[in-house]
Amino acid sequence: MGGYARFVWPCFAFAALVLAWNLWSAHRYLAAAQLRARRSLQTAAAMAERGES
Amino acid sequence: MWTWFYKLASPPSVYGAAAALTPWFLGLAALTIGYGVVDGLVFAPPDYQQGDAFRIVYVHAPSAWMSLFSYTSMAVAGAIALIWRIKIGHAVAAASAPIGASFTLLALVTGSLWGRPMWGTYWAWDPRLTSELILLFLYVGVMSLRSAFEDPARGDRAAALLAIVGVVNVPIIHFSVQWWNSLHQGATVAKIGKPAMALSMLWPLLSMLFGFMLFYGAVLCLRLRGEVLNRERQANWVREAIES
Repeated sequence: MGGYARFVWPCFAFAALVLAWNLWSAHRYLAAAQLRARRSLQTAAAMAERGES
Repeated sequence: MWTWFYKLASPPSVYGAAAALTPWFLGLAALTIGYGVVDGLVFAPPDYQQGDAFRIVYVHAPSAWMSLFSYTSMAVAGAIALIWRIKIGHAVAAASAPIGASFTLLALVTGSLWGRPMWGTYWAWDPRLTSELILLFLYVGVMSLRSAFEDPARGDRAAALLAIVGVVNVPIIHFSVQWWNSLHQGATVAKIGKPAMALSMLWPLLSMLFGFMLFYGAVLCLRLRGEVLNRERQANWVREAIES
């Protein structure tokens, strides 16, 4: 890298880290939202069974 | 006349489209970013002035462009939600903010690492650097404002207003190198006429830019699905979407 390796490689490593964090956090966010939605539906179904509104 | 638009922007349509598009965006992003990294690090020749340090451009420039693109998308989505009362606009804006903030941070860090060997310093209160830092603060402000209200609808409106006001910073960032004396180099790719870059250096850069855009699309789709589910938890269509 012509003497610039200590600047170039950290840039690419940090970019990889940021892209990986984006993917991981987006997946986690979606999974948490799906879980909340599922629980909300189960609660609504249980309330309907008991005849509560 | 606008019925098709409202149908297209309905939460179930957006949720389904986002789920279908994600793997395509991700696959194409992996291909274009992979090509850009290999071509940019291995095959592109060193710059005659900056040597191999110029290779930082392959992550710095796309992340800086995406920081502006993402902010503009967030402001446009917020404006659509405020003007036409299309709820999905707020969801798009909320999904776009953390992605844009991360690209802004990446642009600042890689720019700083590029500045050290070229300018002799990691940071200077230069117009381009300072306005990009303000962009990061704007992203943080928009995200904080959205979550600061107990009523999510009020949080959405306040965040959309701040995003729209803050969009004035986007042309300031872009034209800062022309309007003021700046350490930062001027436009090389987005120049009217011929880009001031050899094609062997330009191709990997364009590939990385395209790859970052596709990656943004993929992450936006994932986050958008989460946003839509959080906002529509009680809706009937959510049951079918969750069970499928």
